[in-house]
Amino acid sequence: MTDLLVGHYNYWIVIFLMMLGLFTVLSRNNLVKKIVGLNIFQTSVFLLYISLGNVSGGTVPIVAEGYDTYSNPLPHVLILTAIVVGVAVTAVGLALVVRIKEAYGTIEEDEIHAKDKSL
Amino acid sequence: MIHQHVSILLVVIPLLAAPLAAMTTGRRIPWIVALLATATALGLAAWQAWLVMESGPISYALGGWTPPWGIEYRIDALNAFVALLVAGIGFLSVLYAYTSISSEIETRKTPLFYTAFLLCMTGLLGITQTGDVFNVFVFLEISSLSAYALISLGRDRRSLTAAFTYLIMGTIGATFLLIGIGLVYAMTGTLNMADILLRIPEVAESRTIHTAFAFIVIGICLKLALFPLHLWLPNAYTYAPSVVTVFLASTATKVAVYTLVRFMHSVFGYQFSFENIPTSWLLVPLATIGLLSTSMVAIGQRDVKRMLAYSSVAQIGYMVLGIGMATGTGLVAAILHVFNHGLMKGALFMALGAVAYRMGSTSIESMRGLGRQMPLTMAAFVVGGLSLIGVPLTVGFISKWYLILAAVDLGWWPVVAAIVIGSLLAVIYIWRVVEAAYFQDANGEPVREAPLSLLAPTWILIITNIWFGIDTRLTVGMAERAVQLLTGAN
Repeated sequence: MTDLLVGHYNYWIVIFLMMLGLFTVLSRNNLVKKIVGLNIFQTSVFLLYISLGNVSGGTVPIVAEGYDTYSNPLPHVLILTAIVVGVAVTAVGLALVVRIKEAYGTIEEDEIHAKDKSL
Repeated sequence: MIHQHVSILLVVIPLLAAPLAAMTTGRRIPWIVALLATATALGLAAWQAWLVMESGPISYALGGWTPPWGIEYRIDALNAFVALLVAGIGFLSVLYAYTSISSEIETRKTPLFYTAFLLCMTGLLGITQTGDVFNVFVFLEISSLSAYALISLGRDRRSLTAAFTYLIMGTIGATFLLIGIGLVYAMTGTLNMADILLRIPEVAESRTIHTAFAFIVIGICLKLALFPLHLWLPNAYTYAPSVVTVFLASTATKVAVYTLVRFMHSVFGYQFSFENIPTSWLLVPLATIGLLSTSMVAIGQRDVKRMLAYSSVAQIGYMVLGIGMATGTGLVAAILHVFNHGLMKGALFMALGAVAYRMGSTSIESMRGLGRQMPLTMAAFVVGGLSLIGVPLTVGFISKWYLILAAVDLGWWPVVAAIVIGSLLAVIYIWRVVEAAYFQDANGEPVREAPLSLLAPTWILIITNIWFGIDTRLTVGMAERAVQLLTGAN
């Protein structure tokens, strides 16, 4: 039991951040806060991948004398790509928020809906 | 020599054309760049399809790194078929775009519009070409990010909120896919689809793989707008510029359906997807409820574009139904409907874009009396509508016929009834438009027929609708070949 809780602490952090992020996206009314939630959600996946690549007792994957266990570099490389994707999503999302602010004068979801209804 | 590189060129050419289009100015030059790039892509996709049909699947090792270590592009009858659809619709959309966007997008933004369009097409073609699961995620995000930008170009400010909602939902879907791929990699140690398929049986009982499967299926279902995950779609299609709706409606969700088929059959395998996990019990009820409920919602819409968007969600139901049946005939029906629905929805949205070009609106009131004022446009709409309903001699009939056959084979009579009722509901919502256009008097200023540059691509699609409704050798042949490969591999 202790092993499940303490030994896998990184996965608990991943799950906590994932739920926190998703909850923020779904529950917040403010569009910028939604983007923040989305970022937390994505970050949790980055941590998941980085955890996967870790090999106990492994070092950085550089061939050197005296070391024969290396961490798996592939998930790290994959997640570099995913981080770039995440940054791009944030950029496009924030650009849309700016445009929404210009068009509606607000970034609160309920106020935007109210303005569309009154048309 | 060059025929070995067809598969990669299909992705690289639109990708290289995208920045080229961004460097130009005005309306005509970026259009020519995009037209040349998409025409080349269409030629390559046709060539690739011919190569696959002649000499079997193509395997292309990116950068010369042998699979499964390097990224592999693996093209069989299924990808070749979907790539042909994407490239074909892409080319016709660009042909249509020149006139259509002149009234919807400012000149200043035109080069960037074509850039985003070409990037979106790169992403969609990339998803169809690749045989690497992580590559699927990357291309999915390339296509999605450019799709968000394309949707937000709409004239109505609601296009911005529609794009934002799609961005949130789409990113959650793609991230779910990413989580699933990570978990699959953790259990199998590989990202190559064919390689994963070999290793799944060893780990099929582990909870990690089950979780991975759930994340991947839900993630893709968000992207393909399966009921009840479709909430982003109606607004996105309604408020996007006409040509963007044409392109996205007939390719983006179709490619997502392809991805679902690919993951279920070529990554996890039939055994795992349908026998270890009762996936059919999830997909079939959702698809059936979805196709009935969204068809009913479509009937009540005032805006015809929105009506067709809801109809798209209903049609996705048919495709997912075919996949959920987990039989050969069901899968043939699903793949056929991917292609056929691409053709019919493309044609319908193009006809509607012509109406928007002349009337500035796509509400049902604005279509009153248009049957006499824009006879060719409305005739195209009627033929496309008949295809959507599934009238014989159109493509819609072919795929629904196969779908009903598959349901009868299984003895699923309630599902057969749902398919027929879905078609009847389609009769009702198409009839509302026909009634307004042909049996009501025009209001306001008389308008002229749409220009040839809009009519030509629309009618090319209409003719393919009828052509493939009569001569089914190519479509059914490719779908059956694809299904043989998918089920033979299990």
